[in-house]
Amino acid sequence: MSVITFTINGEQYSAKEGDTILQVARDNNIPIPTLCYLEGLSTLGACRLCLVEIEGTPKLLPACTTKPTEGMVVKTDTDKLKRYRKMIVELLASEGNHQCAVCVMNGHCELQDLAYEVGLDHVRFPYLFPKKSLDATHKDFVMDRNRCVLCTRCVRVCHEVEAAHVWDIAGRGIDCEIIADLNQPWGTSPSCTSCGKCVNVCPTGALFEKGATIGEMEKERGFIKFIVNARKKHEWVRVAEEDE
Amino acid sequence: MTVEDLRELAEKELARQAEFKYRILYCSSAGCVSSGCDAVKIELKKTVAELELSKKCEIIGTGCLGLCGEGPLVIVYPDMTLYQHVDAGIARRIIEEHVGQGKKLKENELDLNDPFFATQKKIVLENMGKINAESIEEYIAADGYEALAKALTEMVPEEVIGEIRKAGLRGRGGAGYPTGLKWDIVRKGVSEQKYVVCNADEGDPGAFMDRSVLEGDPHRVLEGMAIAAYAVGANQGYIYVRAEYPLAIDRLRTAIKQAERLGLLGNRILESQFNFRIDIRIGAGAFVCGEETALLRSVMGRRGRPKVRPPYPSEKGLWDKPTVINNVETYANVAPIIRDGSAWFASIGTQKSPGTKVFAIAGNVKRPGLIEVPMGIPLRKIVFDIGGGTPEGTQFKAAQAGGPSGGCIPTEHLDIPVDYESLQTVGAMMGSGGMIVIDNTSNMVEVAKFFSEFCMDESCGKCVPCRVGTKHIHIMLDKIIKGEASESDFELLKELCVMVKETSLCGLGQSAPNGVLSTIRFFEEEYRAKLKKQDGKQSQQESSVIAAKEV
Repeated sequence: MSVITFTINGEQYSAKEGDTILQVARDNNIPIPTLCYLEGLSTLGACRLCLVEIEGTPKLLPACTTKPTEGMVVKTDTDKLKRYRKMIVELLASEGNHQCAVCVMNGHCELQDLAYEVGLDHVRFPYLFPKKSLDATHKDFVMDRNRCVLCTRCVRVCHEVEAAHVWDIAGRGIDCEIIADLNQPWGTSPSCTSCGKCVNVCPTGALFEKGATIGEMEKERGFIKFIVNARKKHEWVRVAEEDE
Repeated sequence: MTVEDLRELAEKELARQAEFKYRILYCSSAGCVSSGCDAVKIELKKTVAELELSKKCEIIGTGCLGLCGEGPLVIVYPDMTLYQHVDAGIARRIIEEHVGQGKKLKENELDLNDPFFATQKKIVLENMGKINAESIEEYIAADGYEALAKALTEMVPEEVIGEIRKAGLRGRGGAGYPTGLKWDIVRKGVSEQKYVVCNADEGDPGAFMDRSVLEGDPHRVLEGMAIAAYAVGANQGYIYVRAEYPLAIDRLRTAIKQAERLGLLGNRILESQFNFRIDIRIGAGAFVCGEETALLRSVMGRRGRPKVRPPYPSEKGLWDKPTVINNVETYANVAPIIRDGSAWFASIGTQKSPGTKVFAIAGNVKRPGLIEVPMGIPLRKIVFDIGGGTPEGTQFKAAQAGGPSGGCIPTEHLDIPVDYESLQTVGAMMGSGGMIVIDNTSNMVEVAKFFSEFCMDESCGKCVPCRVGTKHIHIMLDKIIKGEASESDFELLKELCVMVKETSLCGLGQSAPNGVLSTIRFFEEEYRAKLKKQDGKQSQQESSVIAAKEV
């Protein structure tokens, strides 16, 4: 197997063939914020938080989908990138109805963490206050579209890991929404296996367990990587590790 | 069918045409259909029947004649007389007087030496107004499928690609990527299955170049695709047409059937070992499906959302196989290059952008229509010589090139040569060829809002900057127009536009703020005139607050 040597923020790192910039960065504790990325799921490059600068490339590229090449010079923490990341979180905050103080995920929410990470202290854009629906028809879980950031982790985990494909996206642009089957109440969905994978991968409080109250909902995300590894590499024993 | 059969068919068709003293061609493209060419056709045919002239003249529907604002248009051969504003009465008189007595109708005649026609150079549109849009025989008689025959019998795939590379043909969809280079990557791709896809999802407001080509000369596109397939080793092609073009879809279906019947598509084309089929896929009304990765997903029956490139479609396209995807106009240029040689093509236009470009001129201009000009022509010639300038009593203000994602070119840059690189230097882009002329009765902030609204509505919603950013751009422009925006709102708008441009996933998002950025660049005073009035002290206070925030 060939090894690729390249530079991140002035330091040299080596990557196995097939590794992405993000994987190498994570292995070496270089922080790159992500939202739509989750280890074990297919990569999307949609949230644009992991954009990095690459010398000789006029466009910013997502670290989660870009593979390093020999001698590549990558920068992950320039002022420009920091400014853009902050603005992306700012846009997300203005898009939904994110009231942390009354949210089941308060304290465990990835969007909240991101806001701290990029230093978002206020939002300059007008809040859109969309009138989104809440689906509590499922016996165990609730989907509150007001808190959804459209990362499509639930769509991907349901399709790729559980192979049920309950979730998909309806609408276009700012009106995009996650729907169950052919836009029917979740509880009536014949394809849902009630496995709860979507709930656990959801970065915000959009998907949560019934009965959880403010700040009580905690999610476990590492198991997706475990399931995928078990299937692909036949690693049946789960190594204890911190959840992302 | 062999190559000899093809040439025999061409001669037979030419002999058939020679039997008629007059050939009367009416424009049957969507522009003239909407101004009533059907009534003209009926009247022409009726009069010919009444006067028993059917042995002397034939009535044919042809492709777009260009001057869409003056339709319905009728052209009479052999003397090449072009008539404008033809209605049923005039149609009757054309037959009675022109055909019957040899007298031209002076009051409706258009001068073909007018700069509108004289400034143009036709390659893609060469058959418009010359052949029947629904007849493969007439296309073959006009040297059609001759290039495919030449490629199949005299050239190996590498030579075909070499010709396209030497000609310097660049993608006419807007980005201007060298077509030969793209084909070469696909040809070198290791796969048993490869595809050729034609992007006919033309969605820019006011643009109708691809529609006109498909309606007026569909075989030219099929031939170009077949040559591309031969060059890269594909056996399956798809044409992705938007559902809003029913006439183009009809004509394409007819054309594909005709070509299959004659053995010019399908198995063992022209008795060679080359097989190629073309299927039509109809779009469902999403502008973003004009973006190549979204288009390919839509062809596969999935949701039309772009995906991150690389890998490019030339490496992993349809069903992860190497795929050539080009625009209608690009394919329309292929057959003439193979037929007449790369040297001829490279001699037209500029060195970096050879050939011609088709534009659809619309907006505040005297003569809107479809034109084809050599690359590098000054913008002034397009707007004033061909388009006739803005209506009486108004002044030219800007030309919007490249559709909603393009930029405005103001008066001071009127002499800029129209090619890929030059347009980029002023923040505009070639785009697919929409050209909207704006005069001094329009406010540029309103113009920017119109285009930003279009981009917002057409955002697919996949990536955050485009989904939420275009919404906020639209809200802020609205605020400015209402006179409620302050200096800091204006600064935030600029910052947001640059961020959306740099961070969006696909071309739609990356170019969505162009309309705003280019109008700010050239017409900032129009924005400032609408900002809330503040006295010096207040604005100073506010700007110090902004400065503090930025730190």
